[in-house]
Amino acid sequence: MDRTLPLSALQHYLYCPRQCALIHVEKVWEENLYTAEGRLLHLRADAGAPGRRGGVVQDRAVPLRSDRLGLYGVADVVELRPGPDGRETPYPVEYKRGSPKVEDWDREQLCAQALCLEEMLGVEVPEGAIFYGKPRRRERVVFDAPLREAVQRHCRELHVMIERAATPDASPGKRCRGCSLAGACMPGASRRVEAYLQRGLDP
Amino acid sequence: MKKLLNTLYITSQGSYLSKDGECVVVRTEDGAKRRFPVHVLDGIVCFGNVLCSPFLLGHCGDKGLAVSFLTERGRYLAGVRGPQSGNVLLRRAQYRLADDEDGSSRLARSIIIGKAANSRAVLRRCLRDHGERVDRLAMDRALAVLDDCAGRLRRPVPLDEARGMEGQAANAYFSVFGNMILAEDQSFCFAGRNRRPPLDAVNCLLSFVYTLLAHDVRSALEAVGLDPQVGFLHRDRPGRPGLALDVMEEFRPFLADRLVLSLINRGEVRARGFVRKESGAVFMDDDTRKTVLTAWQKRKQDEALHPFLKERLPLGLAFHVQARLMARAVRGDLDGYPPFFWK
Ligand code: SF4
Repeated sequence: MDRTLPLSALQHYLYCPRQCALIHVEKVWEENLYTAEGRLLHLRADAGAPGRRGGVVQDRAVPLRSDRLGLYGVADVVELRPGPDGRETPYPVEYKRGSPKVEDWDREQLCAQALCLEEMLGVEVPEGAIFYGKPRRRERVVFDAPLREAVQRHCRELHVMIERAATPDASPGKRCRGCSLAGACMPGASRRVEAYLQRGLDP
Repeated sequence: MKKLLNTLYITSQGSYLSKDGECVVVRTEDGAKRRFPVHVLDGIVCFGNVLCSPFLLGHCGDKGLAVSFLTERGRYLAGVRGPQSGNVLLRRAQYRLADDEDGSSRLARSIIIGKAANSRAVLRRCLRDHGERVDRLAMDRALAVLDDCAGRLRRPVPLDEARGMEGQAANAYFSVFGNMILAEDQSFCFAGRNRRPPLDAVNCLLSFVYTLLAHDVRSALEAVGLDPQVGFLHRDRPGRPGLALDVMEEFRPFLADRLVLSLINRGEVRARGFVRKESGAVFMDDDTRKTVLTAWQKRKQDEALHPFLKERLPLGLAFHVQARLMARAVRGDLDGYPPFFWK
């Protein structure tokens, strides 16, 4: 892919393609409470040099890139754990503000990081973990074939959308409530402008 | 939804504005210092001889704050915007549409619909509230012209016709504007629009409030990435903010004009607050200017129902909403531009 996009674009795309286009095509950005909180959490995860935690070597704020996926970004934390063959295996850990989601967004995003690590280091990355702020716990994520395929498919779709520079229509739903771009998106706005104009002209 | 923030108006001559951390520091000539946190501001408007440090300007640019420089009397001189302002894709779409006769006339029609409907609403409101004190016949005649415009706007109109109707609507409206001035004070009489320079107190007030409106609309357009210079109803002319003038049209009657009327009718501005020059030009003094600025800031906090979004919002945010809706229309995300109808 001739264009590399930030990993966050994939995350936005998975949440809502329109949100992704508003941010990455139309360059709308509105910080609200949620994104500010998320940023703080990330700042905390990024702080500090590589260290050791319970015998595991940790590297923070690890730059990532994959030409196959056309993505670049930064992993919060990559741990080095002994793999099945005894060699050290990277183990990405992502920090999330909220609680675990039923949808696969977070797992796909983490898996994209794993695919970047595999391409960069030429090793297998079989699993990783997501640390959720609410409740404070780690969830193991196994990068199986269906998850890897989903990431690849969504990356392709993402690139097509950005290439065409078209913003998809809003499909209002539950996730709009937590969406930091609802103000710019106006998901509920009627699109029937002509009828509205006629009403404005009524005596 | 965006929050309504304050605009900082600097009118003290010789003030110096600088940056200190996340604050704007305003130092006046007498040495007094005041600080304002940047995050509570959405713009800074400097009147006359006011200096700003480049670091403050850069910081404002980063944070999306519009900084405008006006003469002491309110004529626009220059504006400073940050390196990120504008959106290439959106602007390209805007220029394509502006070059396209059909596209331009579609948007121009929406803009005049907004203006005509709101002018009509202002006259009607005045008839309702002060029917016994105004020249009913003249008001009815003006309303008839506006009703006729409204009727013709029900269908698409060619661009030239749209521009012609804008003039007609404005003439009819301003022909009875003086009627709505109910103050006893004879110095506030109005015999038609004049500007550059304004020749009476009413025109002086109108011009000044339009400048404030222009600053706010312009920065809202820039914030969504549109080019405020390239309009649809207003033809391109170097140095003229065509699109800002377009989007201002719907706001003039109910926001700007009614503010001027209420300042006069409630006696908040007085004849002695204006200075007449040899040339006949009329200007306001410092106190009057401050009164108008305060009233404008207050008016922006009044809430109204946005009839298209069906959401209550402070009028000051309506500029941003309209800018976004304009961006939507330009991009083809909406099948037209929905103006803000005031009821
Ligand atoms: S408001 Fe809803 S439709 Fe709009 S960008 Fe957000 S999630 Fe997507």
